[in-house]
Amino acid sequence: MPFVGSNEYDLLVIGGGSGGLACAKEAADHGKKVAIMDYVVPSPRGTSWGLGGTCVNVGCIPKKLMHHAALLGGALEDAHHYGWDVAPSAPHNWQQMATAVQNHVKSLNWGHRVQLQERNVKYFNIQGSFVDDHTVRGFTKAGKETLVTADYIVLATGGRPRYPDDVEGAMEYGITSDDLFWLKESPGKTLVVGASYVSLECAGFLTGFGLDATVMMRSIPLRGFDQQMALLVTDYMESHGTKFLKHCTMKKLEKLENKRLQVTWHNHKAGREETDIFDTVMWAIGRVPETRRLNLEKVGVTLHPDSQKILVDASEATSVAHIYAIGDITEGRPELTPTAIMAGKLLARRLFGRSTELMDYDNVATTVFTPLEYGCVGLSEEEAERRYGQEGIEVYHAYYKPLEFTVAEKDSSQCYIKMVCLRGRDQRILGLHFLGPNAGEVIQGFSLGIKCGATYSQMKRTVGIHPTSAEEVTKLWITKRSGLPATVTGC
Amino acid sequence: MADKNPPATEGEAKKEDTPQNLYRMNGSEETPESYDYDLIIIGGGSGGLAAAKEAAKYGKKIMVLDFVTPTPLGNRWGLGGTCVNVGCIPKKLMHQAALLGQALQDSRMYGWQVEEQVKHNWERMTEAVQSYIGSLNWGYRVALRENKVTYENAFGEFVGPHKIKATNIKGKEKFFTAERFLIATGERPRYLGIPGDKEYCISSDDLFSLPYCPGKTLVVGASYVALECAGFLAGIGLDVTVMVRSILLRGFDQDMANKIGDHMEEHGIKFIKQFVPVKIEQIEEGMPGRLRVVAQSTDGQETIEGEYNTVLLAIGRDSCTRKIGLETVGVKINEKTGKIPVNDEEQTSVPYIYAIGDILEGKLELTPVAIQAGRLLARRLYAGSNVKCDYDNVPTTVFTPMEYGACGLSEEKAIEKFGEENIEVYHSYFWPLEWTIPSRDNNKCYAKIVCNVKDNERVVGFHVLGPNAGEVTQGFAAALKCGLTKEQLDSTIGIHPVCAEVFTTLSVTKRSGGSILQAGC
Repeated sequence: MPFVGSNEYDLLVIGGGSGGLACAKEAADHGKKVAIMDYVVPSPRGTSWGLGGTCVNVGCIPKKLMHHAALLGGALEDAHHYGWDVAPSAPHNWQQMATAVQNHVKSLNWGHRVQLQERNVKYFNIQGSFVDDHTVRGFTKAGKETLVTADYIVLATGGRPRYPDDVEGAMEYGITSDDLFWLKESPGKTLVVGASYVSLECAGFLTGFGLDATVMMRSIPLRGFDQQMALLVTDYMESHGTKFLKHCTMKKLEKLENKRLQVTWHNHKAGREETDIFDTVMWAIGRVPETRRLNLEKVGVTLHPDSQKILVDASEATSVAHIYAIGDITEGRPELTPTAIMAGKLLARRLFGRSTELMDYDNVATTVFTPLEYGCVGLSEEEAERRYGQEGIEVYHAYYKPLEFTVAEKDSSQCYIKMVCLRGRDQRILGLHFLGPNAGEVIQGFSLGIKCGATYSQMKRTVGIHPTSAEEVTKLWITKRSGLPATVTGC
Repeated sequence: MADKNPPATEGEAKKEDTPQNLYRMNGSEETPESYDYDLIIIGGGSGGLAAAKEAAKYGKKIMVLDFVTPTPLGNRWGLGGTCVNVGCIPKKLMHQAALLGQALQDSRMYGWQVEEQVKHNWERMTEAVQSYIGSLNWGYRVALRENKVTYENAFGEFVGPHKIKATNIKGKEKFFTAERFLIATGERPRYLGIPGDKEYCISSDDLFSLPYCPGKTLVVGASYVALECAGFLAGIGLDVTVMVRSILLRGFDQDMANKIGDHMEEHGIKFIKQFVPVKIEQIEEGMPGRLRVVAQSTDGQETIEGEYNTVLLAIGRDSCTRKIGLETVGVKINEKTGKIPVNDEEQTSVPYIYAIGDILEGKLELTPVAIQAGRLLARRLYAGSNVKCDYDNVPTTVFTPMEYGACGLSEEKAIEKFGEENIEVYHSYFWPLEWTIPSRDNNKCYAKIVCNVKDNERVVGFHVLGPNAGEVTQGFAAALKCGLTKEQLDSTIGIHPVCAEVFTTLSVTKRSGGSILQAGC
């Protein structure tokens, strides 16, 4: 049992990102005395940012804005077909866009400061580490030591991009997503290393700006996602200008006299070393949890041996009774903003309200904002097959063409929907996958249906909204099993 | 059912059109024992074609009659009905053209070096739209042929029991009999009945193929047709005024309707409220010409005049049920509205005659509803199904500049049905992330759900005002069908950052009067 009354705060949150802020604000709304620490260790390149965490500063927000900027480039082409007297393409000014994005992010940093102030949450811009299980110490930039004590402590320090440790020049010459969104100048000809959604999303929008962008992948794209969908995502990117170096691993980066980078890699398929020159190399090979600097060993918070993430139970509790952890640093949780936010809120309600509600991490919908967006909820086809056997599932699918693509003469070869159901009378929906424009908007409502236990027959009884792309989900009728060609015509 | 007669050659009447035969058929004493067709469908639109294709799957002998009576200005179109030719499809494409105009403006803020003033070329847009529609017309012809459905481009009317007369554009008549009939003739725009309306005004039947830019336009009406058209015309840079007799979007949630109107006004569309046109005169001929519109206030006190290049009437639609011989076979219609009442199996007052789509009394005038009704009807008739069309919680979207998606009850209807104290309305404004950089329309997009407190806070009404409203609404319609409750909404994790996620974090009720202005991530 925590000492009540002898600690300065009811709650100390370490990490001012999506999860941490949500938890702190909710606890304050319950009348508690709350403190929050947030500190950004500058990237090796020297990039740093304000309050708000990954999502706001170097994740979802700038990503989506740049993705949208790239889509607007496509809209210019479309506009011409729809009667607008514009040239089908126009130059793109990186600085103008980056400044606008960065200004918006700064306004969000400010907004978060204000929200904390309004709730009397004490904000420390310091990097904290444990002294004992109720005491955290940090140093301000000026070097002044601050000690904070609290009854409950929530760890929400998130993650940072990983650098390879076996590539010469990786850290000196390469950047990561931490830097990309804050670049003042265009990255130019860019190599993005990795097959994660971070890699594909970034390479995608860079291509959209007219930049020469290449993705280097060791093996499969979007590991953990439905692989049929992942391949459609990369097919689309390939046919729209993004280059791919498949089955390749990096060897070294060297800086040339003209400031460009000589990149050397091993091509496993061709069985030889290859090289090329780029302006920018960005690592997107995964993220490491920010657990190293907390001094967790001192207090006995246990980590997963491989991932180094914090081990928690269903109530977000660590191995130490009054210390909790949420968000990207926790083992076995999706690395998403909305799950961190909800986990933070529910945790605060359980600690300080009278709630017993635990997080439900099942069927969390997500969207990959590649040039052709991929939204999904529930199980991939592979996972469903693993659990129920191929005979136990029915997969409905369709290739469709968004109406807006017709006049714009756009290629819709990868616009595809797949619904994985349990076979049998009910045909409960196990997973829904949508590849197409506005995938996130489409999937959100359906994820609610799945939460309500939606079945294929309920989907069939739902009348479509016409003309939309989403209605194609309600019109799915061709099964993979039937072997029928799956291209449907809209109207 | 055994086919007693050898298959007729396409389109030929089996019996000779002798006067004696005609007399006997009109007198309706005997019905032919074996019919030319299992099913004749009058109307080749969304409903009719869906029913035809489905019925053909079961080996039935089907005929589809489709005929487009020219508009007062002489306009016609091909197979496919309203949706394909003069409704949903061209409407959405032109709406998209308008949205792209906005995208061009936004793109400058995102770093694209685009000229500030961009002009729009009406003819290029219309050509592209019409070309696509032509491909759909063609696609339908092919689909009918592939499904061995007989198609007649002729005006069908009943002349006796189980018998219709089909008249083509040249006036040639043919006669056909069938065991069953399906009426799916849809509707056409209504005119005002004032001097000059048919001579000088256009309707949505003319707009989408207008060979010249309409220019300064007066849109008369407050229907979604009126607002959607006014919206995209303004979006492509035209000077647009909307003349409204009373309220906007009658039948829709009025809170949402007013927000739509406000948004349109804020973006430069003029509204003349509580006036109706009483006379239209031509000042000058041309493409477009110039028209003088005289209008009177609804209280009769004031008269105003205005000059426009084009007057677009969008005051409602009338069912095509008056001239198809329904009296001859005894199909009852609502004399006032022209709509056909049917039972829950789409059967009219005559057992072998069915009806679907826009002409039905008390049903929604939507393409997907007609398609669903047509398909299910065909399955009930020929595949032993007993599944009836579910008209509950049908979602819809109004494609105004600020799109509006809805499913279930409006706030007013929910209050009427459950009582104000038994409903809880949760709502919020939201700001699409993409609109932050161009600093556009903050706290204008709006999300609202209406819940039934007595039933576990079940969501009985879903309303969203914002971009991609149709894409957002569709999934929620499925969720409503599964009995979505507020609690389920709250425990669902949103996708970030998208507009739709706002529905997973609604917390302020209308009742509380709390602020719903949004501050950001």
